[in-house]
Amino acid sequence: MDIPYVVKLREDTNLYNAKVGIWLFLASEVMLFGALFSSYILLRVGAPPGTWPHGLLNIPIGTFNTTVLITSSITVVMAWASLKMGNFGKFRFYQAITLLCALSFLTIKTFEYRDKFTHYEVWKTDGTRLTGHIEGTPWFWNTATLKQKNLDHITVHPDARHYSEPIHAHAAGAKAEHGAGHAAGVSIPTAEISRLSAFVPGHSTYFAIYFTLTALHALHVFGGALVIGYLWGPGAKLWRTDPEQFTNRIEVSGLFWHFVDLVWIFLFPVLYLL
Amino acid sequence: MSDPQHIAKHVKVYITVFIALLVGTLVTVGMYYFHFDSVAVTITIALFIATVKASLVAGFFMHLVSERKAIYAILAFTAFFFAGLMALTIWAAHDYPETSQSLQRAPHPAVAPAPHVP
Repeated sequence: MDIPYVVKLREDTNLYNAKVGIWLFLASEVMLFGALFSSYILLRVGAPPGTWPHGLLNIPIGTFNTTVLITSSITVVMAWASLKMGNFGKFRFYQAITLLCALSFLTIKTFEYRDKFTHYEVWKTDGTRLTGHIEGTPWFWNTATLKQKNLDHITVHPDARHYSEPIHAHAAGAKAEHGAGHAAGVSIPTAEISRLSAFVPGHSTYFAIYFTLTALHALHVFGGALVIGYLWGPGAKLWRTDPEQFTNRIEVSGLFWHFVDLVWIFLFPVLYLL
Repeated sequence: MSDPQHIAKHVKVYITVFIALLVGTLVTVGMYYFHFDSVAVTITIALFIATVKASLVAGFFMHLVSERKAIYAILAFTAFFFAGLMALTIWAAHDYPETSQSLQRAPHPAVAPAPHVP
């Protein structure tokens, strides 16, 4: 049985099936991310004064990743325009750049995550706190790890500023999270540590919502890249038999990709800058 | 396939939008380094720029400036419920007695002094 309106437009709506489908899906996605943004707002305004972190994310890297996604958005639309003009070679070229951008974005995000999983906060029994990297760059240590490993002290390379300090008050600014702001190692007896946590979701509501939002977004990037990759490779055979349907598929996958870019346009300032 | 000249016109628009998005990103980041005294002003400007950028993507890359009525109808419902969600969020946010304080960069808790390394 032939499915109607796969290529031919429906007379009353002037749309083909997949286009209605992708817009309905994107509508549900708007509500999904909307709910998470809503959670972010409530967590942030509900945070006790001075506890919401500032400057823990690397702004130049975030800016670069934003540029990468914006670039991928134009290559997606250029790929679609190339097909509309009947130029399959250019389509392949532009979508190859899109896939490279997707790969770059995810790779950079992985490095950002890695840095968080090896970056720690130490709560001391005297009430003071400091952040930094533990010597040996271990992953995912917490308070229980100190007992499990029978450690009597840890050596921490502290950051130049703590995240609760006013963001613009310190000259180190966004550099604080990386090596540029690190002092030499300080030995802290474990008896003086009341809590130890890497910058993982369990560290704070800030990191819980940061990882939820960015990981969900990264999953979308990954899913979108899979579809675009399929249509770039094996799925491209359709171009020879039904170019119009193939162009429609590219348009629909492109709409999803632009939405992923659109979400990042909000995530970047909200998580990195504000 | 569509008229190549017609598509070529679109391509020029796409490139213009791409440049505008890059400029918008630079302005947003520049604003962060410029830093305003009021957090509310910073948030308003950053979200305004993000909204303009998102509108450009939706309007031109996603072709919403010239889309069919059925798509607009779907999006009208989405916009309604999204606006409702945000309105409820903002309303609920005012339930926090310290909202205005937490958006100010309030005094920070005790932080370990700069370590003395012998």
